Amino acid sequence: MSLREMAKQPDLLAPGHRLCAGCGEAVTARLVLKAVRGPTIVTAATGCLEVATTIFPYTAWDLPWIHTAFENAAANASGIEAAFRAMKRKGRGPLAKYEHIDVIAFAGDGGTYDIGLQALSGALERGHDFVYVLLDNEAYMNTGIQRSGGTPRCAATTTSPAGRVIPGKREWKKPIDEIVVAHEIPYVATVSASYPTDLIRKMRCALEAEGPAFIHAFVPCPRGWRFPSEQTIALGRLAVQTCLFPLWECRLEEGRPRYTLSSPSLSIAKNPERKRPIEEYLEKQGRFRHLFRPERRDDLIKEIQEWVDLKWERLLEKAL
Amino acid sequence: MTGQKSAPGWRELPHGAVPYKSSREYKTGDWGVLKPKIDFGRCTKCTLCHFYCPEGAIRMRGDGYPEVDYDFCKGCGICAAECPVKCIEMVRRG
Amino acid sequence: MTVVEQKLLGLNGDEAVAYAIKQVNPDVVAAYPITPQTIIVERFSEYVADGEVETEFIAVESEHSALSTCIGAEAAGGRAFTCTAANGLALMWEMTYIAASLRLPIVMAVVNRALSAPINIHNDHSDSMGARDSGWIQLYCENSQEAYDTAIQAWRIGEHPEVQLPVMICLDGFILSHTLENVLTLPDEVVREFIGERSFPRVQGHLGEAEFRLDPEHPITMGPLDLYDFYFEHKRPQVEAMKRALPVIEEVGREYGRISGRTYSLLHPYRLEDAEIAVVGLGSTMGTARVVVDRLRSRGVKAGLLRVRAFRPFPAHEILKALSHVEAVGVLDRCASFGALGGPLFMEVRNAFYDSAERPIISDYIYGLGGRDMSMEMLEEVFKSLEEDRRAGRPLELVRYIGLRE
Repeated sequence: MSLREMAKQPDLLAPGHRLCAGCGEAVTARLVLKAVRGPTIVTAATGCLEVATTIFPYTAWDLPWIHTAFENAAANASGIEAAFRAMKRKGRGPLAKYEHIDVIAFAGDGGTYDIGLQALSGALERGHDFVYVLLDNEAYMNTGIQRSGGTPRCAATTTSPAGRVIPGKREWKKPIDEIVVAHEIPYVATVSASYPTDLIRKMRCALEAEGPAFIHAFVPCPRGWRFPSEQTIALGRLAVQTCLFPLWECRLEEGRPRYTLSSPSLSIAKNPERKRPIEEYLEKQGRFRHLFRPERRDDLIKEIQEWVDLKWERLLEKAL
Repeated sequence: MTGQKSAPGWRELPHGAVPYKSSREYKTGDWGVLKPKIDFGRCTKCTLCHFYCPEGAIRMRGDGYPEVDYDFCKGCGICAAECPVKCIEMVRRG
Repeated sequence: MTVVEQKLLGLNGDEAVAYAIKQVNPDVVAAYPITPQTIIVERFSEYVADGEVETEFIAVESEHSALSTCIGAEAAGGRAFTCTAANGLALMWEMTYIAASLRLPIVMAVVNRALSAPINIHNDHSDSMGARDSGWIQLYCENSQEAYDTAIQAWRIGEHPEVQLPVMICLDGFILSHTLENVLTLPDEVVREFIGERSFPRVQGHLGEAEFRLDPEHPITMGPLDLYDFYFEHKRPQVEAMKRALPVIEEVGREYGRISGRTYSLLHPYRLEDAEIAVVGLGSTMGTARVVVDRLRSRGVKAGLLRVRAFRPFPAHEILKALSHVEAVGVLDRCASFGALGGPLFMEVRNAFYDSAERPIISDYIYGLGGRDMSMEMLEEVFKSLEEDRRAGRPLELVRYIGLRE
């Protein structure tokens, strides 16, 4: 389907939600929902998306939606999916009439890398047929920008501040995709709202996969990363162009994970000179300001560049 | 926020804390100071502004041109920044 | 309706629950093993493996996920069951409140076990008592027969249109869970007819009227953000639903009695009509206490007992009626409430009498923590001290510890 055709699809996330101006989660959630193909139930972990879209008595969700807690989106989804399956088998119960129901779970990086990792791992291991969408804005934004397992090294957050001694978060970002891929599920993909067609196509593949699928969305956050709200899409694009967040998908084929680079990243793989330096990405965000002011920390910028390069090389080893 | 006295009492609210209003009834159009102005003469109907709008406040009309719903636009400026032909300008609300 | 023919099976408490749930055939059972609840999960998995149920059995990775999975399943309009004990229930704690507040009539068996630390696998009520304010109905069983019967009635109680709350079936770890008893079981079709189909309250959602469940054709939002302008209004109906559960528990218990010959209520008194001294308590200990009452009666002591089956909702009014004439009442608490005046049951019972002109002497007996046996001799000791309180006209000690080495 072309963008023009997809643009005609009604939005399932209604306007009037209270996410920040320029919120990357809002764009991503809208695009994810553009891929909905039939009867769908959504569950969401606690986080910005959940809070800002359902302030009682209002809701922005035009599909059946439930939030229960922070760490259990995957377990909630397991229950919804299993209930549907049981009703289908019995031929009775309120959902038995549906041929199929897609179940989508949204969670942030806190709800995925950290507190929700166990429930996610359990649901993936059990093979529930659902799509888990990780909205990764790289910190606990809903509680006011605290570091998570998804926060990158050197980023300043309110619990990993850039101080006189310590320059922001000390740990590297947890390799969540590799952890998920290690569960040998049918479909894993990275997406960015900056590439809408790619995102919608992958989300559709995830819905079509039989069994668990995982979509890792890179979600710039103007408030938490400290950049002007109109740059959300540009920054997401830069993350792909620097190979900090390459776009790829991974299918399990005959028991082996098969990685495929998506076109924006594939073109860099073929033309390495197009890979942009990480500095361009870092300098645009207040959370990395201390790498440039009051004095330039070339040592740290170099360290980050080397990390990006290494991760990119490791991906190329798998994907080419 | 709904005034505490005018809002429904506990007996009147839907069972199980089910929201009874669509967020469409909650206008966020007064959040920002800027708003997008589209130069339709240059617009190529590419639809990107529709896809990039965090609010879903840009709808594609029947004739293929975008239309901004100012009741919801928070003035983030993504549409103007991302428009490939730069036909969207952010102007002060007035 | 007449009492139906029933099959006598040798089942321990856990097996009795598993057997009842097999007959109920819920859509989803999600559980995690923990002693002494494990037998329920094991037996139920066997029913699944043998194709005796149509249930989706989900061997989750934690108790937190067990209840979260049940919440998802019930929100989707299914019937869901889980079971746990002690630390497992403690790990579920967050979700117990959420299940109740989302008004999902999940049924959960709690095989009562002491909470850590130190770790202990044996019976006391510290686990379920910790969840007493979570918004779950709590029914405490005296024996395996009752565990079976309650595992059937619980669906009717929780799903009652006036109630719509989750139900906790509490049975004493090991004492009931691992002890073989003769259990009369109803035919499958009788159970299924008794529980019927789940019905749903109608709600006015943002897209129009809908049933209170997740349905793609009639979408509603469940579990929104609720601030100080509405949260309070959403708690009040939970209070009301609990009150409404009182007559419902009685109604369902009576109706169940008509088909099974075993009638259940909120309270189960024994030789209380003319009793001068009595004990009040929960669960299996009350079976032992019944023998002690008989023994004392044979010696001319006017002893009686009141077994509290429904602790949540707490039948304060009924307790008042049942015990007003008794001169000295000893409350048996298999749980310590650290820093409180006494155990949880004691505080409730004593409080129920505050406005009453007729007030028995009421004292507390904390016993059996970590599975310490409550023998007949210990219970006789309790009655003996009650008799002393009665003569003194006041509790000689407000809280006593029974079976504790000093």
